[in-house]
Amino acid sequence: MNLEKLLVPVGFLQISPELCKGCGFCIEFCPRNVLEFSEDVNSRGYHYPIIRKGMEMSCSACGMCQRICPDYAIYLEKVEKIPAKKVIR
Amino acid sequence: MSSSDRFRLREFAVTSLTKYYEGLEQVIRTDRMPHIFCPGCGLGIILKGLAEAILKSGIPINRHVGVSGIGCTGRLPGYLRIDAYHVTHGRAVAFAVGLKLANPELEVTVVGGDGDIVTIGGNHFIHAARRNHDINVIIVNNFIYGMTGGQYGATTPTGSYTTTSPYGHVEYPFNIPLLAYASGATFIARWTPIHYAQMVDAFLQMFEHKGFAVVEIIAPCVLYGERNRFPSYTDMVKYFRDRCVIDHEADLRKIGISLDPKEPLVIGNFYKVRRKTYEELYKELIERVSKEGAKE
Ligand code: SF4
Ligand code: SF4
Repeated sequence: MNLEKLLVPVGFLQISPELCKGCGFCIEFCPRNVLEFSEDVNSRGYHYPIIRKGMEMSCSACGMCQRICPDYAIYLEKVEKIPAKKVIR
Repeated sequence: MSSSDRFRLREFAVTSLTKYYEGLEQVIRTDRMPHIFCPGCGLGIILKGLAEAILKSGIPINRHVGVSGIGCTGRLPGYLRIDAYHVTHGRAVAFAVGLKLANPELEVTVVGGDGDIVTIGGNHFIHAARRNHDINVIIVNNFIYGMTGGQYGATTPTGSYTTTSPYGHVEYPFNIPLLAYASGATFIARWTPIHYAQMVDAFLQMFEHKGFAVVEIIAPCVLYGERNRFPSYTDMVKYFRDRCVIDHEADLRKIGISLDPKEPLVIGNFYKVRRKTYEELYKELIERVSKEGAKE
């Protein structure tokens, strides 16, 4: 397989810490295990999701997190086709 | 590229939810977000799904009407940019029947909790189903009266611990699809909020269907969960993910919910049949009588 030519979708997320209620649904349901809870809290005291260190390119843009978030706090900002070689480590 | 470039935590104004939520702004009152529902509650997902189904239904938004009674779920139509009525506890179905009779052009959707529709409003529910009124009923079953502090209701599984059953609930719960079937409902489905796409599809079928349509949504509830086997926010949705079995042909007698860790939770679009609705029959009656003339 030519990993230079093979393009895979990579999702870039946007999160609103202020809207998040820290339920953890997005973290639980992400099939690539991209997300984790932050150390920080938002103004209401909830931990919000952030991307795990080193997994910035691992989101497969499946869209599960934005479907499952009850508070409209996370969504896929854009999806880019990137050569597999850069994504697979 | 550093990780902060790749992944930005940016505050976006709630009133301008972009991209994915772009279309939904026509239907969801984004100025009222964040909504009142607890963290770990499924109602936010159901709100999103219902808004998406309203957009996709092909019926103009101004012909959709939401009716709800009291309870957590009763707040849901208030977040939709459609005409919404918030009526007395349990009387949502009765109100919706009147609304549909007065203006058959409307697409009337009742959104209520299990306490609202099958416990307090149980009588209205079975009789509206019997007469096959052309309305839609979404029953959000969270097994408990959430807003008032977690008392047991008619769908609380046997053995559950609630505020009013601290030693374990001794009653048997309703099996809502079977109840709806026996009462005469003509479209019956059951999904959970984590089956998002299927749930939206069931809502679309419900809008399309002529007749009494019942969609039961099994929702995670932190108030139920914290006293039972689901102490953290995600425990109930994890249980749904692991134990749900999709079976559209399921025998409705065997799909009662026990929330037992070994029992499957059967979901699917169970039943659909076309039968003349009350509104159609009533129209025929009026036409026949006005042709023949009234009896002496
Ligand atoms: S889009 Fe899919 S892979 Fe990417 S973070 Fe969300 S759930 Fe995970
Ligand atoms: S699903 Fe939404 S509300 Fe829940 S933790 Fe993730 S971003 Fe926050």
